[in-house]
Amino acid sequence: MATINAGAPSAQGETAQVLSSSAKPIVNDFSLQVATVNGSGSQSANNVLLRSIFAMGIPVSGKNLFPSNIAGLPTWYTIRASKHGYVARKEDIDILIAMNPETAQEDIESLRPGSVAIYEEKLNLRQYRSDVICYEVPFDKITAEVCPDARLRKLVRNMVYVGVAAQLFSIDMATVEDSVRRQFSTKKKAAELNLNAVKAGYDFAANSLVKSDPYAVERLHLTDGKIIIDGNAACALGAMFAGVTVVTWYPITPSSSVVEQLIDYLKEYRVEEDGKASFAVVQAEDELAAIGMVLGAGWAGARSMTATSGPGISLMAEFAGLGYFAEIPGVIFDIQRVGPSTGLPTRTLQGDILSTAVLSHGDTRHVLLLPCSVKECFEFGIAAFDLTEQLQTPVFVLSDLDLGMNNWMSDKFDYPEKPIHRGKVLSAEDLNRLGGNWGRYRDVDGDGIPYRTLPGTDHPKAAYFTRGSGHNPDAKYTERADDYQNLMDRLAHKFETARTLVPEPQIVANGTSKVGIIAYGTSDYAVLESRDQLQKEYGVATDYLRIRAYPFAKEIHDFVASHDRVYIVEQNRDAQMLSLLKLDLPAKQTVKLRSILHYNGLPIDARSITNLFTQQEEL
Amino acid sequence: MATPSAPAPKVNRLGLPILDYRGGKTTLCAGCGHNAISERIIDAMYEMGVQPERVMKLSGIGCSSKSPAYFLSRSHSFNSVHGRMPSVATGALLANKSMLGLGVSGDGDTASIGIGQFMHLMRRNLPLIYIIEDNGVYGLTKGQFSATADIGSRLKTGVANELPPIDTCSLAIELGATFVGRSFSGDKKQLLTMLKAAIAHKGTVMLDVISPCVTFNDHEGSTKSYKYMQEHEEAISEAGFVPSFEDIAVDYDPGTTYDVEMHDGSHLRLRKLHEDYDPTDRIHAVKSLMEAHARGEVLTGVFYVDPRKPSFTDMLNLVDQPLATLPQERTRPSRKVLDEIMAEHE
Ligand SMILES: Cc1ncc(C[n+]2csc(CCOP(=O)(O)OP(=O)(O)O)c2C)c(N)n1
Ligand code: SF4
Ligand SMILES: [Mg+2]
Repeated sequence: MATINAGAPSAQGETAQVLSSSAKPIVNDFSLQVATVNGSGSQSANNVLLRSIFAMGIPVSGKNLFPSNIAGLPTWYTIRASKHGYVARKEDIDILIAMNPETAQEDIESLRPGSVAIYEEKLNLRQYRSDVICYEVPFDKITAEVCPDARLRKLVRNMVYVGVAAQLFSIDMATVEDSVRRQFSTKKKAAELNLNAVKAGYDFAANSLVKSDPYAVERLHLTDGKIIIDGNAACALGAMFAGVTVVTWYPITPSSSVVEQLIDYLKEYRVEEDGKASFAVVQAEDELAAIGMVLGAGWAGARSMTATSGPGISLMAEFAGLGYFAEIPGVIFDIQRVGPSTGLPTRTLQGDILSTAVLSHGDTRHVLLLPCSVKECFEFGIAAFDLTEQLQTPVFVLSDLDLGMNNWMSDKFDYPEKPIHRGKVLSAEDLNRLGGNWGRYRDVDGDGIPYRTLPGTDHPKAAYFTRGSGHNPDAKYTERADDYQNLMDRLAHKFETARTLVPEPQIVANGTSKVGIIAYGTSDYAVLESRDQLQKEYGVATDYLRIRAYPFAKEIHDFVASHDRVYIVEQNRDAQMLSLLKLDLPAKQTVKLRSILHYNGLPIDARSITNLFTQQEEL
Repeated sequence: MATPSAPAPKVNRLGLPILDYRGGKTTLCAGCGHNAISERIIDAMYEMGVQPERVMKLSGIGCSSKSPAYFLSRSHSFNSVHGRMPSVATGALLANKSMLGLGVSGDGDTASIGIGQFMHLMRRNLPLIYIIEDNGVYGLTKGQFSATADIGSRLKTGVANELPPIDTCSLAIELGATFVGRSFSGDKKQLLTMLKAAIAHKGTVMLDVISPCVTFNDHEGSTKSYKYMQEHEEAISEAGFVPSFEDIAVDYDPGTTYDVEMHDGSHLRLRKLHEDYDPTDRIHAVKSLMEAHARGEVLTGVFYVDPRKPSFTDMLNLVDQPLATLPQERTRPSRKVLDEIMAEHE
């Protein structure tokens, strides 16, 4: 029975009107949170909800907030539906489905007045909040009726809330049914059982609950032709379509599913007719070995990669420097999580930007690609393999937990039209033509990028000696001052070339704004929404530049130069990107830079940006 | 009329003179055991008729790890980071399994900083010849003890080592290497024979070669000196090798000699010098090593060999052509595949 204790004493008196069922309906614009227990199998139910709303054509995002634990600790899953296409995390929850008795009180207490709570009748949560619309559901009873096997009830129970939500918020049941069948595509019996649970929840809501909240879903066509996929799968697909041949890894959240999904794809699509594999995957003994194998393979001519997260990146430092100094290709996917140290392994942060850009001792610089979307995970996944061989240096793709492990809506990925670029490699014929006169580290073309040969090249002059110690243009050992300095200058020059080859920034500018915003990666969604808030609520127009790679393209310099104040939005404490920009920009530009930071482990939201922006702008 | 020409230089079966197997001039100390090992590698490659372009040399950091610069300059070489040669070698051989991999390490590089990667390489039976140039000290950092130093062995300063040595041969056998032996840089004949057999083997060959450091560990009180080795070396067997391209003319006595047919059809003949020697029995091999150690002997020879166990690259069931040179048609799936995957996510 839905209950609105509008008459009860409430700190927020003005909420009464929001609570009235005659309030204006709010269509295709809400955020729904399911509070459950890790390992309770709620992921399938949440997926069904997400997919159903998506299939009804409403832009949607799903974010899993989970503990570093296999089973038993609280988990929250948030679905945001937005006709405006806003897919960032939203600070406020509109609808709570409280399935975890442990956190139920706290969950409901954190709600904004006027929001909705659905919960197990026995929890009697309305005692804590009189200003929340409460729907009480006898989940245990309904579950027991549809699921005779007591062992399965824990899982099936979740499907009951799918049915309740479908009825309350007008999610089309035929669509829900499709989603359930899809979720259990290989398990017919499970599909039937779960469908029955959904229907039981639906029927209960239809017969026993009185709709008294304003939220509803209505069919739109904003998701036609779109897909839903997680960033790690997209990275994996990028790697496969880049023609990766050697993959090494050491499991770590949140990067494991990059390689796990890649293995599945490779087994499906890269085993040849004779049953042999055109790839090798090695689960290494640690990240030191993983990156060592990547560089060994890259040196010998394979397209090689590994995927890791912060702790693994730290371990890879020494090898990263070798890759830079000896000029060896290799791709490293870093799915960032909260540090320092073990940090919060299942929460998100853009925390490895600065340390990865200069990973290793000495003067080291690395190329970083910064995807903001699953589509860019795919595209940069491919670009990374071309760039690393073109530039003969390791390339890091910096995704994060939010992008990597959550489901995102996207346009379909485009098949790569550009052929694979294997960089400057001399064949035996090339060496014949040159009369064997070549040097591994000579800058023949003036772009700082030398030529290399691969082991096995059938020419007596093909071989060279690779070392992480001092070497001259002919790859001979040297400790001479001028040799060392020339080499470091050439590497710096090569990095200048990289500036022109990496993905250029994306810019939205109206030509009149004096204030610019710079962001990168997953902060993009919250920035887009915040810019709308600033425009609508404060009448402030901002220009926006999204950085997509390091080293910084010239357009980034130009953007800062053409604005009075530039806010760098990022998800870390120390303004890491701002620090990197300061290293790159002329002194008179750096004074324009301001910071908007978000670092609580949750994905950044628009309101936080808007608040920090308006404070600093004194709006 | 033809003028009498100078006698043609001696060449191997590929028609290459030994000069084509040499490297740069060594910068190691005169008399360093590592130099002798480089010489034997040159001899073995020359005598086996290995095309130098088909070899990849991989090493870590140390005097020993520098040595690949001093042999086979026609082979690609990768002097990587301290203790991490195994992973680099693994990647390189996955990229191109058609190459002959030769890894050179030191006792510090292997048994201290690199012990983890060493163990996992042995466990994978990666097709690689892994040579430890073992002098019981860190030569390059000026003579500190390494983890293969024996208890009681003394540094020049008189300091005695108190911790037990790691026996890299026992470890390698236990972990899954398929050709394990120990030799001495001063034992030309034994080392050369073992290296030739190593070239014929497919799988991990682990050779621990005692290689005295004349500058920091060749004095009285050291158990890795030339003198100590001359006095304490005890061969478990005498090795003979008949390469696949030569006739097996000489008979052998099956009662006293093991004949091991190698992967490439060559034969390794191991004549027992110890009563109960059996190079096909791992447990026995480890027992012999431990017993010899207890007797104060440095046991040398081939301890264990299994030419049949699949190597790591076999187990991965890779396509025949090296992964490194696969064309785009074989590494980038078709447009149809992407369409299919996209449809699955709709
Ligand atoms: C990470 C790291 N730590 C320390 C060193 C310094 N270092 C260079 S060589 C070496 C020991 C080499 O000993 P070994 O492998 O036995 O080679 P040897 O010189 O005796 O042949 C050390 C500790 C290094 N290069 N890298
Ligand atoms: S210091 Fe020792 S190990 Fe190094 S080169 Fe000299 S003799 Fe050889
Ligand atoms: Mg040593």
